[in-house]
Amino acid sequence: MRYPLSAFYARCMRVHVDPSKCQGHNRCYALAPELFDVDDLGNAFELNDGVVPAALEDKARLAVANCPEFAITIED
Amino acid sequence: MTDTVFGPVTDWATDFDHGAPEYNANIHEIWDTLKASGCPIAHTERYGGVWLPLTHDMVHEIAYDTDHFTSRSVVVGQLKPSQVEGAMPAPIGGAPPISSDPPFHQHARRLLLPAFAPKKIDPLREEIRQMCHDLIDKMGDKDVIDAAYEYAQHIPVMVIASMAGLPKEDGDIFRSWVHVILEGIGESREEREPVFLALNEYLEKAVQEKMENPGDDLISFLLDAEIMGNKLSPEHVRGTIILLMVAGIDTTWSGIGNSIWHLATNAVDRRRLVENPGMIPMAIEEFLRAYAPVTMARLVKEDYEFHGVQMKEEDWVLLPFPAANRDPNQFEDADKVIIDREENRHAAFGLGIHRCIGSNLARLELNVAVEVFLERFPDFELNTTEEMVWSTGQVRGPRKLPLRINARA
Repeated sequence: MRYPLSAFYARCMRVHVDPSKCQGHNRCYALAPELFDVDDLGNAFELNDGVVPAALEDKARLAVANCPEFAITIED
Repeated sequence: MTDTVFGPVTDWATDFDHGAPEYNANIHEIWDTLKASGCPIAHTERYGGVWLPLTHDMVHEIAYDTDHFTSRSVVVGQLKPSQVEGAMPAPIGGAPPISSDPPFHQHARRLLLPAFAPKKIDPLREEIRQMCHDLIDKMGDKDVIDAAYEYAQHIPVMVIASMAGLPKEDGDIFRSWVHVILEGIGESREEREPVFLALNEYLEKAVQEKMENPGDDLISFLLDAEIMGNKLSPEHVRGTIILLMVAGIDTTWSGIGNSIWHLATNAVDRRRLVENPGMIPMAIEEFLRAYAPVTMARLVKEDYEFHGVQMKEEDWVLLPFPAANRDPNQFEDADKVIIDREENRHAAFGLGIHRCIGSNLARLELNVAVEVFLERFPDFELNTTEEMVWSTGQVRGPRKLPLRINARA
């Protein structure tokens, strides 16, 4: 089965920080400040509803791979 | 080499002594031997009974399990808190929030978190950079230096003194107290007692002064702070200041020293970072993984069977984050130092609710210290004609790091 080309463009990566797991290590914000921010207590949250522009997908994966608490997930 | 009050170690699996000088000096060989002998949890009767789990899974499990393990004391000593007259009970403990358990813990921690959030810490970069340059200027044209004594140890002391609102000139005194608290765990009580008295007297005076003349500093902030409508007790304020000193000084000093030690013994990595300073932040994370300075401790709340061993109420349990960071089940090539390691979920700053509150500050100090050192000394190596000395106890790093400087800029 072949997919129309538009299906590939519509595909979009999303990141999410689980606030119950985040302990404020701040790795995601340090590695990908375009995708994550931290509040006054240092806890992280995703920016832009978690939507990851194609050019930042590697940064999103890097953030996931460096979170000691396994608090970040990626949805494709 | 001096032994602790307990005498020489006979067997590392059943009689280890993490306060003995040879433990930190040979730490990786000792863990390898323990793991090869099929011993994932070592034990000793010293210090009233201590367990040492070595896998990432077990360290993770204990760090998360505040039901069975209490943080009431996080540095193993010859006395349990229950044997110390007047020791603050759980869930507060002697140095909140590190010594606190839920539910009190989160209140004491929340109070401090904003002061250590990245956006509060990042602006300190230039001040720290200047301190590092000043320390190197002071070394003059010497070809032989001690990077632990003349460089690494000064940086965190100056930063913590400045944050707490204490005179920077008192740095040497803080360091001597912290040394006895962390490194003197195997020494006799008579040797240690005067230090605790002097520390208390100093803090008593400092707190009094801040009450009369409050400033824009952490001590004044704590004196003014409230938890659920109540001012903090004087014990809480003093305990937290001791915590900032103890947790903020030896640890970062060790981290800076460990990083410089690696670069002094690995010329390829040193050259890569000199040529590409942009790689330093990633390399620092790898140094934090491979040479994590801090091992924490917990106390067993009630008799508890943990992975086949019978832990007794009030046994100590060490949380060796440095060993977890070298677990091959968690990290590929766990014993190799790969300065551009992409996947690096290391636990150098702990796991769970007690994640090091100063981790943003420590990372900033580490990055700037290494950046400036490489900028000013692009080529250096260990000076093997002098002895290198490792710390003793739960914080591991070089206390003497003799270097030969081959090029300066």
